[in-house]
Amino acid sequence: MQQPNKLKPFFENLNFERKDNTMVINFGPQHPSAHGQLRLVLELQGEQVVKAYPDIGYLHRGVEKMAENMIYNEFLPTTDRLDYIASTSNNYAFALAVERLLGIEDKVPRRAKVIRTMLLEINRIISHLFFLATHALDVGAMSIFLYAFREREFAMDLMEDYCGARLTHSAVRIGGVPLDLPPGWIESLSNFLNKLPEQIKLYEDLLTENRIWKMRLEDVGVVSKEMAYEWGCTGPMLRGSGIAYDVRKEEPYELYGELDFDIPVTDRCDSYGRYRLYMEEMKESIKILRQLISMYPKTEPKLMAHAPQYISAPKEEIMTQNYALMQHFVLVTQGMRPPKGTVYAPTESPKGELGFFIRSEGEPYAYRLKVRAPSFFHTGLLQDLLVGCYIADVVTIIGSTNIVFGEVDR
Amino acid sequence: MRRYTPKDNVQKKAKYTDRFWVAPQVPREAVEEGSFFEEVVDELKSNSIELLDYYVELGQLVLHINPQDNVKTLKTLKEKKCFKMCSELSAIDYLAQDGEFEIFYQLLNLDKAQRARVLTRIKEDEAIESVVNVYKMANFAEREMYDMFGIYVNNHPYLKRIIMPDDWVGHPLRKTYPLQGDEHAQWYEVDKIFGKEYRDIIGPENRDPARVDRYDTQRFARVGHEVPFGADPELVDKTDTPIESRYSKTFLTDYTTGSKELSERK
Repeated sequence: MQQPNKLKPFFENLNFERKDNTMVINFGPQHPSAHGQLRLVLELQGEQVVKAYPDIGYLHRGVEKMAENMIYNEFLPTTDRLDYIASTSNNYAFALAVERLLGIEDKVPRRAKVIRTMLLEINRIISHLFFLATHALDVGAMSIFLYAFREREFAMDLMEDYCGARLTHSAVRIGGVPLDLPPGWIESLSNFLNKLPEQIKLYEDLLTENRIWKMRLEDVGVVSKEMAYEWGCTGPMLRGSGIAYDVRKEEPYELYGELDFDIPVTDRCDSYGRYRLYMEEMKESIKILRQLISMYPKTEPKLMAHAPQYISAPKEEIMTQNYALMQHFVLVTQGMRPPKGTVYAPTESPKGELGFFIRSEGEPYAYRLKVRAPSFFHTGLLQDLLVGCYIADVVTIIGSTNIVFGEVDR
Repeated sequence: MRRYTPKDNVQKKAKYTDRFWVAPQVPREAVEEGSFFEEVVDELKSNSIELLDYYVELGQLVLHINPQDNVKTLKTLKEKKCFKMCSELSAIDYLAQDGEFEIFYQLLNLDKAQRARVLTRIKEDEAIESVVNVYKMANFAEREMYDMFGIYVNNHPYLKRIIMPDDWVGHPLRKTYPLQGDEHAQWYEVDKIFGKEYRDIIGPENRDPARVDRYDTQRFARVGHEVPFGADPELVDKTDTPIESRYSKTFLTDYTTGSKELSERK
């Protein structure tokens, strides 16, 4: 580091010691457009970035280490803190991985599946609205931020009505869901779904053909097909590069195999294309939610899988039957013991492919748990993507990759 | 007698395990004939890559290889069998049991929507060859592996800690890494500089940079309860009544009925 003295003043964010003509500037970690704690060291030639070095780790909480020392049910609320914009998708991804390991994926009752899929799609809408709001705010469209946050608030109210929490939902359990939908929830959901399309149209009217929006986004942050493969891009980053791959379609989980929805894909490869994808995905989510609403009344009111070795019995049974109480006691104090083996369960979270890799040694504690977080690899992509772009576009590109630092640093 | 806790693996253990308990195994199926996975296995074999073991576990192909074949295997899988994406790459600590790390590469074939996992084991003092030239995503992932496990990766373009600070000691995801802080550390410097007998006089060393000490009259400002700089700490408790503030006070004026002139307001 530069030693400050009278002749050489020390500037925190600038480095003038280079022999060549480039300037090194430090972006973050407290930059408002860094979407959390991203530090970027940028080497500039004039206004152009010649080298970018993303520095992460400012939000590291050791989630993977914590997972090794908690029983499986105990760890579930911790997953909320990964992608805190859409926490149910993390809860679900973890629950799915454990269910596959236990072999009880098919035993999850249909009502639980309907509710879970609903929650996942509401979380997708929440996350996409958040993306739109912050991305537009970074680029300079302030009013969109206010409109999108208003709609997001309604969606969060739905989550709050269901599980009582707005950000850290923990709304999914291993083997099902803890609660049935409260009375009147379906009506509020359909009210929300009736209002959302016109709001999405409002956003699109404001942005899609907006000259400034297009100038800021078109041909900025071009991720070619090769780059998307090489850097492990998933989700809208992958589909924005013309590669049609969505885990919900290709490796269906929950009810996605039965639902009728489309996967928007674009080969524009730029930020504008990705923005369009997010808008289309929200519309598809609305479509999915409408189908789920009609599925819900046809299901039996059973919420947790029947697998006494791993999952506690329903509360009424625990309170009335001795054996269920004993089982519950053992499962709470000792934890479930999954069979020895390894599982990698990919899911399509709003940000991309979120997968939990779990190695179990037959103990109540996971021997190794690895979170495959989409944002981590999208942050890695930045060192390739930012090179050659202008400093004003850096913020657009970070916004467009839609990274969340809870899951980058874990 | 103090209970013996092994230091080589400090992970939490089950408090009680039935002595007749045998953990079941997730079913491992043989690779089906004529399936895509069999083509993959044949392709690897024809490229003279030694497969130590291979099977299908929960719908994903698992391949055990020798560590020196990792780049060759991944290259073959990527170029010949269209595993264009590597989803994840990391390690598992088996040092206490076998003195080895298990490294896994989680691959994805997007055309057929099939996943494969390549597993390899290295000794503690061995290094693994980098796969950055095959999948660029390994750049970050291998750095994380180095950071978390201390596994050295050969020919990595920029092998440096990524999540922990650069000057961090130890690798957090190793099973030997302590789960709690060292409570004796607060006495290390006191004992070394002054001697154990001074513990009562000096007290434990504070290593929490965010700690606020209300008896510290030099570094912490108590607005409204100020004492002179460096004053006797005992004074702190005596000055319960707020000392008249030397700073400007906030005063409220009635905007609607009051005058708009600032000087008049004062």
